[in-house]
Amino acid sequence: MSLPEPFRLLAYLLGIMAFVGLNAAYLVWVERKGAGRFQRRPGPTEVGYAGLLQPIADAVKLLTKQVIVPPGADATLFRLAPVVVLAPALMCLAIIPFGPHLVAREINVGLLLLFAFGSINVMAIMIGGWASRNKYAIISAARVVSQDVAYEIPMLLVVITMLMVTGTMDLNQIVRQQAGAFWNWNLFKLAANPLMPVTFVIFYICMLAETNRAPFDMAEAESELVAGAFTEYAGMGFGVFFMAEYANIVVGCAVATVLFLGGWQSPIGILPGAFWFLLKLYALVFSVVWVRWTFPRTQFYGLLNLSWKILIPIALFTLILSSVMLKLF
Amino acid sequence: MTTEEIMAVAQGKAPNETFVLNLGPQHPATHGVLRVKLTMDGEYITRAEPVPGYIHRMQEKMGENRTWAQYLPNTSRIDYLSAMAYTHGYVGAVERAAGIQVPPRAEYVRVITSELNRISSHLVWFGAFLLDLGGFTPLLYAFDDREKILDLLEGITGSRLTYSYYRFGGLYNDVDEDFLGGTREFVAQMRPRLGMYRTLVTENIILRKRLEGIGVITPEQCRKYGATGPVIRGSGIAYDVRKVEPYSVYADFEFDIPVFPEGDSMARYLVRMEEMGQSLRIIEQALAKLPDGPVMAEKVPRVLKPPAGDYCYAVEAARGRFAVRVVSDNKEMAYRIKLRTPSFSNLSLFEEVSQGMMLPDALALMGSLDLVIPDIDR
Repeated sequence: MSLPEPFRLLAYLLGIMAFVGLNAAYLVWVERKGAGRFQRRPGPTEVGYAGLLQPIADAVKLLTKQVIVPPGADATLFRLAPVVVLAPALMCLAIIPFGPHLVAREINVGLLLLFAFGSINVMAIMIGGWASRNKYAIISAARVVSQDVAYEIPMLLVVITMLMVTGTMDLNQIVRQQAGAFWNWNLFKLAANPLMPVTFVIFYICMLAETNRAPFDMAEAESELVAGAFTEYAGMGFGVFFMAEYANIVVGCAVATVLFLGGWQSPIGILPGAFWFLLKLYALVFSVVWVRWTFPRTQFYGLLNLSWKILIPIALFTLILSSVMLKLF
Repeated sequence: MTTEEIMAVAQGKAPNETFVLNLGPQHPATHGVLRVKLTMDGEYITRAEPVPGYIHRMQEKMGENRTWAQYLPNTSRIDYLSAMAYTHGYVGAVERAAGIQVPPRAEYVRVITSELNRISSHLVWFGAFLLDLGGFTPLLYAFDDREKILDLLEGITGSRLTYSYYRFGGLYNDVDEDFLGGTREFVAQMRPRLGMYRTLVTENIILRKRLEGIGVITPEQCRKYGATGPVIRGSGIAYDVRKVEPYSVYADFEFDIPVFPEGDSMARYLVRMEEMGQSLRIIEQALAKLPDGPVMAEKVPRVLKPPAGDYCYAVEAARGRFAVRVVSDNKEMAYRIKLRTPSFSNLSLFEEVSQGMMLPDALALMGSLDLVIPDIDR
């Protein structure tokens, strides 16, 4: 990249915003179309070819609606929450390497930054739920906090395991280490840690929980809490929460791709890195959609039990195992 | 909260941290306009007070100022999901009052259509219950099967939900070959579908964890509140009107009453899933034995004036025992009609059982009771 620095940053800024906007819009389409196929119906078909213009119609509808701040709500926090939920997701994308050179900022503490910003999401939903002055929203906010606290721990334990295996926090560096065929991906580096696939599964489950996706969608839980923390949000306020959900899924899947699936590395040596990155990313995103439309919602305490009694002990064990392996070999 | 804790709060010794949460009348989990006033302690329910009446339509009073025949369509609208059984209950009561003999073919068709309707009602419950638990997909599969039943019933009755197919003394019209062939085909198709539901939904670990051991209703509670249908059978009591006081021609068929003694939400779930299989069995036998002959009794007077007296007729609707008590004073209208609807009794135990449960569990319990709100409010 030979662009001068300010222009380069501007280009990346616009690029990331467009990427998030496009993803949020078209992942909704993918979700609806996918859900339709899982449920033996065609999904959206009316607006545009195969419903491809549906996201635009939805966005226009949301934009033209009035943003209502309910009386008694904390207006400042209520308006702030959608911003706080989306901004960290955008920040995280700045350090994701889409290709060998396609990264907005290569930072040597990338992983740290990622999880620092990633956890702000929780606070935003909490703020939104609290500021709504709605009982359902407050229950939801309380749930989100305990859920994300519970799942942050196994996730970070997994990340520490990965840090020990890779020895760097630089995401691009992590990807470079996984060069070559697919058995060089961290997912299959059984020599470093024989439980690597288990680690990946833990990471995946934690990612689902952190992004509040089914079967862990305690924040929304539409059959219990109406719309959870988002009950009082109308128009684009709700729309931004919706966008942020998909942006967070993309970030989560991107991190999983970088850490476990070799990022932009091509398994067969053809086609540019960005293609392989997006392919792996969207394969993961599709699996997230698949899970959502297949499983019912878990119990809230079942969810916490899963984290504290199963995921954390296993994550701790893999951590110790990989440190022992590192010491021995 | 325990009783001591409640007492401590009442005496001002402990801070009252409960809050009131209005669940409904517009809430996705109440399937209509039921309102439940919840007193919550965090996510735990300390008291759940159902407030019915939002769709009260004076069904019983309407029976007193319409002729016997005019009231007939009302019965489909009490529990719109199992309309056949409700019409059967009313028609049966009036037939008993007026002493009308129903020809055997009509009785067999009544059984076939009632059982088809029971399956379609259970399929709606299955979808809606899974929706309560946050699984959206099974609903669409269930509606796929239900659609076939609705098409079959539409072919003979002309409507898809509120059939009013039975008449005093028989049926509105005879069934045709399309219906009989279509029903045979449906029975053959439905068996593998039930197997698919078992592998797709029943064996799902998340579902089992949400239902097993949760929302336990004891047999004593069932008796206390008069619960019937799958609720009482899920608590280990083999009470089914079709067996204990056989009506119509149910005595001619071989079928089992699924009973699960656990009393939890899973038991009620399994009872209904098994019942669909049993209904298929009944339909099969009825189709095989279906006699020829008229479907309408002769000499049914145009204006019905049953002799004065007090008559009752009970049927097993999809949600439990539906009984109609008619009091006639030999006029063209009933003196009094009392409807004993199963959902009302089944809801009554919710307050006691849901105490101390968490909100999602209580909603799963409510889903497993299979409430139809017009059936509660009448």
